Amino acid sequence: MAEHKKEIDQVTGVETTGHEWDGLKELNHPLPKWWLYMFYGSIVWSVIYWILMPSWPLVNGYTKGLLDYSQRAVATENFDVAAAERAETGKMLLEASLEEIRDTPELLEFAMAQGEVAFGDNCAPCHGTGATGFEGYPNLQDDSWIWGGDLDTLSTTISYGVRSEHDETRYAEMPAFGRDELLEKEEIVQVANYVGSIAGLPTQEGVDLEAGKVIYEENCAACHMENAKGDLETGSPNLTAPTYLYGKSVEDIIAQVNAPRHGVMPAWIDRLGETTVKSLAVYVHSLGGGQ
Amino acid sequence: MYQGRGNLPPIELRSGSPIWTNLFTLYGANIMGERKVRYLSLEEGGFSLLLLAVAIFCLVIAGKTWDQVLAFHTALIALASLAGIFFIFRRYFDGNNTPAPLEINGKPNYNMAPVKFATWASVFWGIAGFTVGVIIASQLAFPALNFDLPWINFGRLRPLHTSAVIFAFGGNVLIASSFYVVQRTCQARLPGSIAPWFVVLGYNLFIVVAGTGYLLGVTQGKEYAEPEWYADWLLTIVWVGYLLTFLGSIWRRKESHIYVANWFYLAFIVTIAVLHLFNNASLPVSIYSTKSYIVWSGVQDAMVQWWYGHNAVGFFLTAGFLAIMYYFIPKRAERPVYSYRLSIVHFWALIFLYIWAGPHHLHYTSLPQWASTLGMTFSIILWMPSWGGMINGLMTLSGAWDKLRTDPVLRMMVVSVAFYGMATFEGPLMSIRAVNGLSHYTDWTIGHVHAGALGWVGYISFGALYCLVPWLYHKKSLYSLRLVNWHFWISTLGIVFYICAMWVSGIMQGLMWRAYDSLGFLEYSFIETVDAMYPFYVMRAFGGLLFLAGALIMVYNLIMTVRVGEAVESEAAGQPAMAPAE
Repeated sequence: MAEHKKEIDQVTGVETTGHEWDGLKELNHPLPKWWLYMFYGSIVWSVIYWILMPSWPLVNGYTKGLLDYSQRAVATENFDVAAAERAETGKMLLEASLEEIRDTPELLEFAMAQGEVAFGDNCAPCHGTGATGFEGYPNLQDDSWIWGGDLDTLSTTISYGVRSEHDETRYAEMPAFGRDELLEKEEIVQVANYVGSIAGLPTQEGVDLEAGKVIYEENCAACHMENAKGDLETGSPNLTAPTYLYGKSVEDIIAQVNAPRHGVMPAWIDRLGETTVKSLAVYVHSLGGGQ
Repeated sequence: MYQGRGNLPPIELRSGSPIWTNLFTLYGANIMGERKVRYLSLEEGGFSLLLLAVAIFCLVIAGKTWDQVLAFHTALIALASLAGIFFIFRRYFDGNNTPAPLEINGKPNYNMAPVKFATWASVFWGIAGFTVGVIIASQLAFPALNFDLPWINFGRLRPLHTSAVIFAFGGNVLIASSFYVVQRTCQARLPGSIAPWFVVLGYNLFIVVAGTGYLLGVTQGKEYAEPEWYADWLLTIVWVGYLLTFLGSIWRRKESHIYVANWFYLAFIVTIAVLHLFNNASLPVSIYSTKSYIVWSGVQDAMVQWWYGHNAVGFFLTAGFLAIMYYFIPKRAERPVYSYRLSIVHFWALIFLYIWAGPHHLHYTSLPQWASTLGMTFSIILWMPSWGGMINGLMTLSGAWDKLRTDPVLRMMVVSVAFYGMATFEGPLMSIRAVNGLSHYTDWTIGHVHAGALGWVGYISFGALYCLVPWLYHKKSLYSLRLVNWHFWISTLGIVFYICAMWVSGIMQGLMWRAYDSLGFLEYSFIETVDAMYPFYVMRAFGGLLFLAGALIMVYNLIMTVRVGEAVESEAAGQPAMAPAE
């Protein structure tokens, strides 16, 4: 083992420890005072904190601390304060009809505040933050509705959903005309082009639209109606304007007639409660498409 | 070790010729009545058996498993093990396996080849990890970049990024620098000739298995400990090898005192082993399945996970890189370490206190309040011990401050220590329950982590790489200090963009989450807070891009250093060049 002598560093005037590793030496400055005192200070602070707050485990339980502080109790208290703030108006909201809520400024302000956040946290993932929807998810800003856009209808749809697991759910299913061989391939093309022509979409060349019309009247009019305006009672979409959920071309209509896609909206009543659902109905109604 | 048998002359084997020729030669030699005198050393035999056992174990699994990813991974490990055996025996038959002398002409004969490998591995994984970081930062700003592909979606790339930068880049820097530093400061060659390679190659094999696993959807879902049981087992074996190899050099040291850098390396190696074993205590559902279940449950699992997680920061990203600081800064500054006494006090304080601090990650959860409070107080006490390292790093420059103007490598390392000081002040601050109530789960945490990761770990690693490459390749200096300067300023700008964006967005996010209106409703829905993050996510991705650009400049500089750098005048054989600093 190599032995080295302690030496005085020229720059600082401080003695080295006398060790050397690969040319590296060490000075032996004392611990900086401010550093040491802050170190002690943080220990003292911690000891005081341990005395005041729950901190150390014991055999059964833990030290409660002199302040008897519980973050769970504080959190519960904060929730209670917010709940109390909501309570009075919330009760009025619960008792009022949807029309009354819409027409009473105080209730409307409350419903809009609650509805906006509830919409953002629960509805926006599918219907979009601006409620304009996506392919397969209806736009709530326009006045095209599948099940209806008045306050009570909206409330029912939000409460029980569409094709959800709730017993009261709204339910509609269009037959798969192609997959289940209810129509020939050519017939599907004809009827889809006919529907597209009603909606003002460019149709495919050389397709017999008259034949499509006959097929429509025989197979589609029962639900979508003779005038193709659809039926809110059965949730049959209006076909006269290209506000379709699943694409806006004749090819998309062909796909839908062949084997329709059916979206699902969950039932919210059990999860959000009646007050929130009411607020949501009023909020969605106010977005521009309300009837 | 190799022992010739008595007085018989060794058989001359033609080195470089194919193995079957040598086999024939040996066979022929026996026919001619000569006797083979060279034996496999204990090390060669031991490693061959170990690798054979691993290969057989893995081949059985690969053959019988229904899990395609496990079949791929076990086949890969088996292949690597068999290749290892092949190389051991080729070396043996080529006659290259005589143990290297420990000293030549009275000077230590260092083993720097594994150091070189780990150095370049760290460069490679660094670029890979930074690139994936830029990709996932961009995915957060522009979700379309997920391309609806499972293999590259954010959920799989995120652990790939964290593991690549921490364990692949950082881990290889630590292995390279520790093998370099322990040899130099102990003036002793690494023990064995297979062992250092086993560590370096085994560790990188673990990284390949872990990383490809993430992309294929294999994870145990524990942050920073995502690899599944078989990868954990592999790492365990390699890590034991690492510990023993490192200790081997310490054992042979010439200076009776152990240098401070080696304390930190040893603390890092030992503690990571303990953390790894406890946090990965899991049972595979079957030996033929990638899936395993952890033995801890519920809040105990969370507790163990964050005890692990925080000490991965403390012992991997702090202790290990402090070791780098303690060698490379005094070496580069040509100054003695500021205070031996401070290094002792802050070392022991650091390793004693860090281990308690983990529960501050679980404020306001189902972990009992007393547990997270205790963790928080120890985090506060930890503040000064952390700063002890910063003081020792910075004050080592006293008498050499002027070098910051002329040496961008030293400047990089000093700024690194400054970032270390900043991050270790911010950490205890964020551990305080009231602050944590605002900061937790927000981007503030991400900003804090990256101040430490980009600033501290990144810069001290770059500094070490800029020192190591010329030293390892006997070059007088780097190819270009101007390029180091460019690297420094571009990266620094990138870090500033990154952490400022995350501070602002994190605090904004926290405030938006907790905002109540006068009616008692939350002011914002979650999606609105996500929407508000967008400009900051773009800014963060841009900052990350700058950091990557800086690192690419470094890669060019390092490669050019090796290719065209001016060589140091000839030194004694086997004696690597010293730093220009000497």
